[in-house]
Amino acid sequence: MEIPSDPNLIVGMGTFEDAGVYKLTTDLAIIQTVDYFTPIVDDPYDFGQIAAANALSDIYAMGGKPITAMNITCFPSKTMDISILKEILRGGLEKIKEAEVILVGGHSVEDSEIKYGLSVTGTIHPEKVILNSTAKPGDKLILTKPLGTGIINTAIKAGMADEKITTEITTQMATLNRDAAELMQEVGVNACTDVTGFGLLGHACEMIQNREFGFEIDHSAIPIPSRTVEFARTGLIPGGAYRNRDFRASMIEFRNVPEWISDILFDPQTSGGLLISVSPQKTGVLLSKLHNKGISDASVVGTVTEKHAGKIIVR
Amino acid sequence: MIIDARGLDCPQPVVLTNNAFEESDEVTTIVDNEVAKENIYRLAKSKGFTVEIEETNDLFHLHLKREVSKSSQPHNQFNSGPIVLLIASDIIGRGSDELGKKLMIAFVQVLHEIIPKPDTIIFMNSGVKLVAAGSTVIEDIKELEKEGVSLLACGACLGYYELTEKVAAGQISNMYDIASVMFGAGKIINP
Repeated sequence: MEIPSDPNLIVGMGTFEDAGVYKLTTDLAIIQTVDYFTPIVDDPYDFGQIAAANALSDIYAMGGKPITAMNITCFPSKTMDISILKEILRGGLEKIKEAEVILVGGHSVEDSEIKYGLSVTGTIHPEKVILNSTAKPGDKLILTKPLGTGIINTAIKAGMADEKITTEITTQMATLNRDAAELMQEVGVNACTDVTGFGLLGHACEMIQNREFGFEIDHSAIPIPSRTVEFARTGLIPGGAYRNRDFRASMIEFRNVPEWISDILFDPQTSGGLLISVSPQKTGVLLSKLHNKGISDASVVGTVTEKHAGKIIVR
Repeated sequence: MIIDARGLDCPQPVVLTNNAFEESDEVTTIVDNEVAKENIYRLAKSKGFTVEIEETNDLFHLHLKREVSKSSQPHNQFNSGPIVLLIASDIIGRGSDELGKKLMIAFVQVLHEIIPKPDTIIFMNSGVKLVAAGSTVIEDIKELEKEGVSLLACGACLGYYELTEKVAAGQISNMYDIASVMFGAGKIINP
């Protein structure tokens, strides 16, 4: 397939970036993204909230501001009650409003499987686009949300997670990355991506692929709730984690870490946090701003190094 | 007990096997995909079962047997649980470090004669120097390892003293595994 090119294209299909960015004028660029999936929680309203937060996240990961969104819906209206669809859309709409984004329409298709998500348009100054491949050696890596959504959702399906856990993980997935994105633009960072289906290590690999630097990650600094560790050790691991691991195994080296760390670091995340690469001088300031804004799980999880380019060492 | 988990979606194979563990010390679970095989392997290990995997015709038969732990053996009369020796320094006691180092060397040398032997020896902080090349007691420690004593050396400590490449006995371990061994111990000896 021929990949298009254009002098105004700031971010296109050639790289692993989170969204497409196109320059309109010297100080305005448009960001475009789309994301939708099948239900990951039982409650339709919660599903709508999570799917919307997930779709909006790609705009935030570029450092942009989402402005308009359109619904993408697949629903078996002949066999399922339409009130379920209404609840999904209500959840999505309330999350969209929370992000101060306007819903301008949508498209639905009759389908045997429920799917929901959004197409989102955002804006950004052409010189403020935060790519994911521009980390600098010496930078610190900050992760803004804990890991484990894939594992915990598997535990929920297995009937091994109580309501408290279900509520907490739903809230975590439905949380917008908006504040984190605004703070990183305010402080100034070198690179960013959001952590979703490829897991922390999968997305980290995108940041270093074909680059002259690698990452050192300290597994004990990563925000991982103890219940996630318990579930991982019990074998409640989604298939996606193994696929993610197999795809990137050659780029990762684990040194003296418990076995289940690999499972958690490759666990596919739904609506995960931002993985930010920031200069050591600005790390303290960014971290305290994130904490003061209530993003209490934000943690420094690693550093960018020249030593093993294109590879990640997890200690 | 046999669990036929073919064709079942994740995490059903794990759920069924876990339930089977409540009823039987020996369970064979049959699955038809790698993901289920990996997950059940992890489940079994975490619940104290040994795992033997047989592959036939695209199916995996996981033979799981509950482990008999060392703690149920007779030598451990008054404490249930493994004996753990925690060596958190290369010095015993305070007063004179020179004397302290000699005391630790003598202690390690005497372990040969002690019965019952510890199940695990944990080395932390300057204690890791004892398992690295150049340690005066390295042969005694290797003997203990040959006799079945498990040796765990704290990875972060080895890194701190720049001895990671010089480990001559035992396994490099991490705080999670070390803490788990301490909490699972019947008795912890701290010389």
